[in-house]
Amino acid sequence: MAGPVIVADNLTRRFGDFVAVDHISFAVQPGEVVGYLGPNGCGKTTTIRMLLGLLQPSDGQAVVMGYDAFHQTEEVRARAGYMSQKFAIYDDLTVLENLVFYGGVYGINDRERIEETLGLVGLVGHEHELTGGLSAGWRQRLALGIALVHKPQLLFLDEPTSGVDPTARRIFWELIYELAAQGVTVFVTTHYMDEAEYCERVGIMRAGKLLALDTPAALKSKILPGDVWDIHTDQLLAGLDLLPGLGSIMRVGLSGDHLRVICPRGLGKRELEKVIASAGLQATAVEAGEPTLEDVFLSFAKD
Amino acid sequence: MTLLVEALHLRKTFGETVAVEDVCLDVKAGEIFGLVGSDGAGKTTILRLLVGAMQPDRGQIEVCGYDISRNVEQARARLGYLSQKFSLYEDLSVLENIRFFAEVRGLAASEWLPRSMEILDFVGLAEFKDRRAGQLSGGMKQKLGLATAMVTRPTLLLLDEPTTGVDPVTRQDFWQMLIRLVSNSNDGNNGQQVSVIISTPYMDEAARCSRIGFMRAGNIVAGGTPAELRALLTGRVLELRGEPLFLLRKIAGEDKDVEDVQIFGDRLHLRIRSGTAKEVIRRLPRQVTSGQGRVAALGMVPAGLEDVFIALSESSHGGS
Repeated sequence: MAGPVIVADNLTRRFGDFVAVDHISFAVQPGEVVGYLGPNGCGKTTTIRMLLGLLQPSDGQAVVMGYDAFHQTEEVRARAGYMSQKFAIYDDLTVLENLVFYGGVYGINDRERIEETLGLVGLVGHEHELTGGLSAGWRQRLALGIALVHKPQLLFLDEPTSGVDPTARRIFWELIYELAAQGVTVFVTTHYMDEAEYCERVGIMRAGKLLALDTPAALKSKILPGDVWDIHTDQLLAGLDLLPGLGSIMRVGLSGDHLRVICPRGLGKRELEKVIASAGLQATAVEAGEPTLEDVFLSFAKD
Repeated sequence: MTLLVEALHLRKTFGETVAVEDVCLDVKAGEIFGLVGSDGAGKTTILRLLVGAMQPDRGQIEVCGYDISRNVEQARARLGYLSQKFSLYEDLSVLENIRFFAEVRGLAASEWLPRSMEILDFVGLAEFKDRRAGQLSGGMKQKLGLATAMVTRPTLLLLDEPTTGVDPVTRQDFWQMLIRLVSNSNDGNNGQQVSVIISTPYMDEAARCSRIGFMRAGNIVAGGTPAELRALLTGRVLELRGEPLFLLRKIAGEDKDVEDVQIFGDRLHLRIRSGTAKEVIRRLPRQVTSGQGRVAALGMVPAGLEDVFIALSESSHGGS
């Protein structure tokens, strides 16, 4: 397919007087992995539901794989997979039975495809286990399998790794890369900024609006108002209280076990150390930090 | 230093499943103790045992100086618990929710009313006190959850994955509040120091804890300060940058001394066998070059907690 896989054009959804999604426009190209970030309730899930034709837009339109998402829903759904935040898996069925059941829903009765899907998500050998007994990481892989059983060209994943431990998250993302390498377009929402770093482009939504959609590198260079610094100190609390607004410091937050601040570009280490000392703080180390998407996200939140 | 929690040799089974096996744990005043581990590793069961919501099959628990098996009421009066799926009454206002939880805990209006305003102020919900809980954003609900757990002025807060599925801004706010609570000078709890036991899937949060217990299959397999845990992998993590990433990954993955390769954004972390750093650093760039790739940087870096987590969770799986 030559054209974009998703085209959202002024896509809007209101619930009463609440505007859940507010005139957003973007396009996604074939084979892209696009991450979608934003606070709970900012409209990420509503966007996905419109792209899948599950909700009618109040305004604007979505064209997905060349079809109008709302008026040609069947065509879209035959070609798109969806793993929702609260995926429904039958706990009293086995892994295989769940896949066969959902395969049937999509008209896939081909045993070979079911086996292939099991292999794809790494569940071979677990076919006959009851789903209720699986760990969150395994359930999540089964949910991905269910979303994949009909060989979709486009995959929507809505917070697929929420509540999953770091090891399982890693395995899950390996699967995403494999799919993307096979040409599947992936649209994924997440609260994990490290996952967003792996996406080719990242969209940031807030209060129904799409604030930015760009590569991680471009977001960091365009959105961050200054340079990022890591300040190690035993006085975290004092740092959080005293540093904001002091000298030229633009933002102060926690990062791991230390403080992370944003200062105007070009401010030297010496100058920053002077500002810190003027607040009466003792820093054990002040180091230039590498910008992350978390910095970008936090910058957007404060205005 | 006073021990707020002392748990000895806890065991808890559910039918055939051993959820917690021989766990010992202590938490001192003013600490934030982090429980990390895979799903089903036993974190939630431990928290439930500590609040006396269930009885261990074996072992002893003292919380705030009270033996849980004998004086559960006295212990509970001193702790606040926020369960993973805490429920708020969506059709009650913020203040009414706090009132409900306060009255359940036996507080009279003369106690809870001034107290709740103080907490709402602290968590930043004072101006929303009359808003219905159902109308709050996800982050505000989280704060209300914390407020309900704090209404009794607890000395110990037990928080079960309070930030799972929560955006980075809300996580920042939440942690800044926790740090204020455990510091002596906090204003959120009437100057009284609070200690915290928290479970979390986020390694950046774990790095902020005073001490961490890594759980696996019902056991605490490693415990200590974040620095002590990171030291487990001293000299065993290399950072590799260059391109193309897939080639670097493949070559590193095939190296005999590389145990694990992980992508961290645009770079790779390699976990290597002890004492092989020099050889790997010498060997890999040559192989990458002969594979038509380019190494921009390769060197030893301090291990992060995520490296440690993955190493610990792999070491026992026995290849499964």
